[in-house]
Amino acid sequence: MRQVLEGSHAVSEAVRLAKVQVVSAYPITPQTHIMEAIAEFCANGKMNAKFICVESEHSAMASVIAASAAGVRTFTATSSHGLALMHELLHWASGARLPIVMAEVNRALAPGWNIWMDQTDSLSQRDTGWIQLYCEDSQEVLDTTLCAFKLAEAINLPVMVVLDAFFLSHTYEPVDVPEQNEVDKFLPPFLPRINIDMSNPCSLYQMAPPNFYMEMRYSIFRAMEETISKFLEVEEDFYKVFGRKYGILDSFQCDDAEIIIIAAGTTASTCRQVVLDLRETGEKVGLIKIKMFRPFPKKLISDALSNAKKIAVIDRNCSFGVGGIFAQEIKSALYKNKNMPTVFGYITGLGGRDVTPKMIEEIYFKTKEEHYPEKESIWFGINYELFRN
Amino acid sequence: MNFSETEDIELMHPGHVGCPGCGAVIAMRLALKAMGEKIVLVIPACCWAVVSGPHPQFALKVPLLHTAFETSGAAASGLRAALDMKGDTETTVVVWAGDGGTFDIGFQSLSGAVERNEDFIYVCYDNEAYMNTGVQRSSSTPYGGQTTTTPELQWKKTRKKNIVESLSGHRISYAATASIAFPEDLIQKFKKAMNLKGCTRFLHVFASCPTGWRIPSELSVKIARLAVQTNIFPLYEVEDGINYTINYTGNKTVKEYLKLQGRFKQLSEKDTYEIQKMVDEDFLFLSQKVKLRR
Repeated sequence: MRQVLEGSHAVSEAVRLAKVQVVSAYPITPQTHIMEAIAEFCANGKMNAKFICVESEHSAMASVIAASAAGVRTFTATSSHGLALMHELLHWASGARLPIVMAEVNRALAPGWNIWMDQTDSLSQRDTGWIQLYCEDSQEVLDTTLCAFKLAEAINLPVMVVLDAFFLSHTYEPVDVPEQNEVDKFLPPFLPRINIDMSNPCSLYQMAPPNFYMEMRYSIFRAMEETISKFLEVEEDFYKVFGRKYGILDSFQCDDAEIIIIAAGTTASTCRQVVLDLRETGEKVGLIKIKMFRPFPKKLISDALSNAKKIAVIDRNCSFGVGGIFAQEIKSALYKNKNMPTVFGYITGLGGRDVTPKMIEEIYFKTKEEHYPEKESIWFGINYELFRN
Repeated sequence: MNFSETEDIELMHPGHVGCPGCGAVIAMRLALKAMGEKIVLVIPACCWAVVSGPHPQFALKVPLLHTAFETSGAAASGLRAALDMKGDTETTVVVWAGDGGTFDIGFQSLSGAVERNEDFIYVCYDNEAYMNTGVQRSSSTPYGGQTTTTPELQWKKTRKKNIVESLSGHRISYAATASIAFPEDLIQKFKKAMNLKGCTRFLHVFASCPTGWRIPSELSVKIARLAVQTNIFPLYEVEDGINYTINYTGNKTVKEYLKLQGRFKQLSEKDTYEIQKMVDEDFLFLSQKVKLRR
């Protein structure tokens, strides 16, 4: 049924439809609406789940890890500092091969306190063994959350569904909320591969000496490698029931594009409009939206960029001492390409600063006019007046 | 000893990797006899995370979920919720954590779980320092104790945190102390905790550590007994955070306890006198609370 939903509530509806059994979370802006709606579903009987109101995000992740290890479907959500606090247990969840799904609302890290959109929080967790999926609109949020459970349970790795603070979490859009019986067709009950079994007492996640540890890590690496094809299968299953799919990458107007803009999240939406506007004036420009960041779809990206002359990557994040994180990963993916496009890395829109159509247009023309980027990371929209001394 | 009053079951294999004379191993063996096999253990980083065996070995006959250092209270909450969702109301979730994971790094998640009145038993086996990492002080290390981070004349000059009183302040349904030197009392308290379902229950078990306390392994039980007999570690129970019962009143001097241990060897007569005063004051305070019984 079509409803007007906030992005946050698109997550909550998906969690209800996925029949999650244990939910645990701690409040943080701008994640709270997700959890409030789930708490209400649990209270009014729309969901048959245990909701644990823990005393920190660290405990939220710890409790869903234990619940998942006992063999039930689990969910949590967080943002920014909450995600950073969970860091230790993100490693634990993937190391334990648990199919936990988490919604992560992209928000800046302090100081100074900033509750607005920024990708650095989730991208900082790139080495934790979590699958990361970035969403562009509320429908994609709902659909991706449902797919996340199926993918996680197929591959035995946790999945982070990422949505932009406010631009997506607090924006109302029409969303097709599927019926329960249709979701049940797509997502069967969770059958754990390994779980705590009272009839077979085992020690789970015990000490692993050097002669075992490395193989355990290799198995995670292999699972990540399988994730690309498994994701496509899951999306195909979803498409059969609901008629929607998004792809690992979304190439928009790229066929004859000489310059390709790369973005993730809601920024991709703005870029779509800019690309259409520029196309009307005869510019050969395209857009690639990156949905999957972990595993990083290197081959798909290098193939998709093989005919482009220049790439403009929009990073709403920064790895200090290196640059924009998407730009770095894309450069690494292009390493083996015969025709290496010139990559322009733009850092902009941090801490909730708007990335407007006009700015994207300027980024495009700067990329077009300059033979080679002036710097490896171009900070776009900086008020240099503040740096005069 | 004769366990005629309890089922003479053995849920621990002899091949664990604990040190000789380890109080925490004695504690586990006795506790399992009391609790039986319908339990699932949650163990954070602590000596027992190692003692239970590295992959693929396992020293116990009950399921065990290892968890990160500071997470026991939260992990046990999640595990309980999952078992409830699966319809398993028979199994009891039991945390088995050291003093570092309870008094220090795990105190937040423990406090949160107790405030929510989560349905599990939390056992802290207390050896009064970070023994697994090589004897560093914890907030459970007693006044006067030497550790590798409170060495020689820098011995610990602050009191041991009182964990049972902290949790009584949460109005926990049941909290009790127990000692490996008083097995009948310990077993009775574990059985009582097992029967009190639907609430958080806390058991504080004094578990001597020959390695960290610098005592001969054969004195492990004797020294644990002296801790009770000197009122340094009184055996008592608290119901609903308000109804206190003292199970044993000691009459020995603290000197008899301190002099047997290398970790206290630097203490002067005056220091020992100060410790005696603290112990007397604490025991008097505890005795006064017994009078407040509803």
